[in-house]
Amino acid sequence: MQELGYLKETPSQTAGPYVHIGLTPNFCDIGGIYAQDLGSAMVNEKTLGERITVTGHIYDGTGAPVRDAVVEIWQADSAGLYNSPSEMRGAADQNFAGWGRCPTCAEDGVYKFETVKPGCVPFKDGRTMAPHISFWIVARGINIGLHTRMYFPEEADANKADPLLARVEHGERIATMIASREDATYTFDIRLQGEKETVFLDI
Amino acid sequence: MSDISNRKPETGAFFARDRAWHPPAYAPGYKTSVLRSPQRALLSLDGTISEITGPVFGHSIIGELDNDLIHNFARPGESAIGERIIVHGRVLDERGRPVSGALVEFWQANAGGRYRHKKETYLAAIDPNFGGCGRCITDEYGQYSFRTIRPGAYPWPNGVNDWRPAHIHFSIFGHGFAQRLITQMYFEGDPMIWKCPIVGTIPDKAAIEQLIAALDWGNTIPMDARAYKFDIVLRGRRSTLFENRLEGN
Repeated sequence: MQELGYLKETPSQTAGPYVHIGLTPNFCDIGGIYAQDLGSAMVNEKTLGERITVTGHIYDGTGAPVRDAVVEIWQADSAGLYNSPSEMRGAADQNFAGWGRCPTCAEDGVYKFETVKPGCVPFKDGRTMAPHISFWIVARGINIGLHTRMYFPEEADANKADPLLARVEHGERIATMIASREDATYTFDIRLQGEKETVFLDI
Repeated sequence: MSDISNRKPETGAFFARDRAWHPPAYAPGYKTSVLRSPQRALLSLDGTISEITGPVFGHSIIGELDNDLIHNFARPGESAIGERIIVHGRVLDERGRPVSGALVEFWQANAGGRYRHKKETYLAAIDPNFGGCGRCITDEYGQYSFRTIRPGAYPWPNGVNDWRPAHIHFSIFGHGFAQRLITQMYFEGDPMIWKCPIVGTIPDKAAIEQLIAALDWGNTIPMDARAYKFDIVLRGRRSTLFENRLEGN
C-alpha cells in the first residue's frame, strides 16, 4: 500500500506568560523594534460601517480574570466580506483590516477592540450565518489556542437561524456566545472553565 | 497581498486537527492549565468561510532588523551577548506544500535565561542590548530565517525545581484563521527537554521530536554563527475540487 505522505501538524505549546514580548512588544515596554504593535488598530477614518467597541474579560475556573492573555479577533467587514486572499466573493473594504490583537490588561484583565459591526456571511450550504466575530485566545496555562465566536444580542432572529449556534446541544449554552450591549459597546466575557463555560470550537 | 505569488488562492476547508497529537487542555503536570482548561467538549464543525479565510500580511510591515535579534534592540555599534545562531526553516502545510507569505513571529529569553518583561523576576541579568522579539514573512518557497542569541534555560514556579529547556516561542499565521498556531522550538541534544512539564503536556514522543530543531552544520557560517533548522507544519487544506458549492451569494 502507498503511504499517504501527509505531514503532521506542528504540535501547539502554550504562549506562556511573556507572550507580549513577541506579539505586543510595545505594550510591555520593549520600544524601538516595531513602530507599533501589530493588530492594535483595525479601523481608520475611512472604514465603512457601524463603529462598535468590543470589550470584556477572560475568567479562569475560579472566576479570576486572566491578566496575561492575548486575544485575536477575525471578522468580515460591514458588507460581509473578509479581507483575505481566500475571499472569492468580492473585494473587502481596504480600510478595514478584519483582524485585531489585544492583550488583556495586566491590572484588571480587560481587552478592548475598536471595530465595525460585521455583515452576514454564508454557511457552506448557502444558509446565512448570523453576524459574528471569531475569537482566538492564548495565554499561560492554555496549551492550544481556544477558538470561539461572539454573536450580537440584537440579532435574535438571525442567531436563531445560525447554523453553528444550532449545533450547540445544550441550548442554554448558546448564551455564552452572545455579547451584551450598551449603546455601541458590546461586552463579551469569556469563561474558560466551570459554570457558564464559554462554548469553544474545534473548527 | 500583492506580495503573494499569483497562484490561485486556496479556498478548501482545513484537515481536522489531530487533537491527540497536540497537548490536551488539561495537563495537571503543568499547573496553570488546571484552572485554564475547558471542561466541556469542544463544538466540532467543518470550517466555514470565517475560518478558511485569515489575515495575510505584506512584506511592508517588516523592518530591516526585524529578523536580527542580535541587533534589533542593541545600541549602535553594539550587539547582544551570547551564542550567535541562525534559525531557519520552512513553513509547510500537511500536504507538504510551502506556505508563502506566512507571518512568523518569535520571542525568547536572553543568553542567561532572562526575559525582558516586567513580570519576570529571575535574578539573571538583563542584557541591555537584547530585546527578545523578531518576525519575518516566508518567501515563495515557504522559507524564513532569523539571527539570534541561543536562549538560556530558566527556572519557573511550577514544581519546586522546574526549569524550562532553552526554547524560542513561535507564532505562525497561515492563510486561514483556523491555521493559527503558537508553539515552542527546542534545541537538539538538550537533556532539559525530557524533564519539562510543558514539553510533557504533549502525549506523543514523536510529536515532541517535531519541536526539536536540528543543528544544521551545512548552514553554519564559519567564524560567525551556527545554524539550527526548524520546519513548521500548518494544517493542510482539502482539495477544492469537490467542495460544496456556495449558493445564494
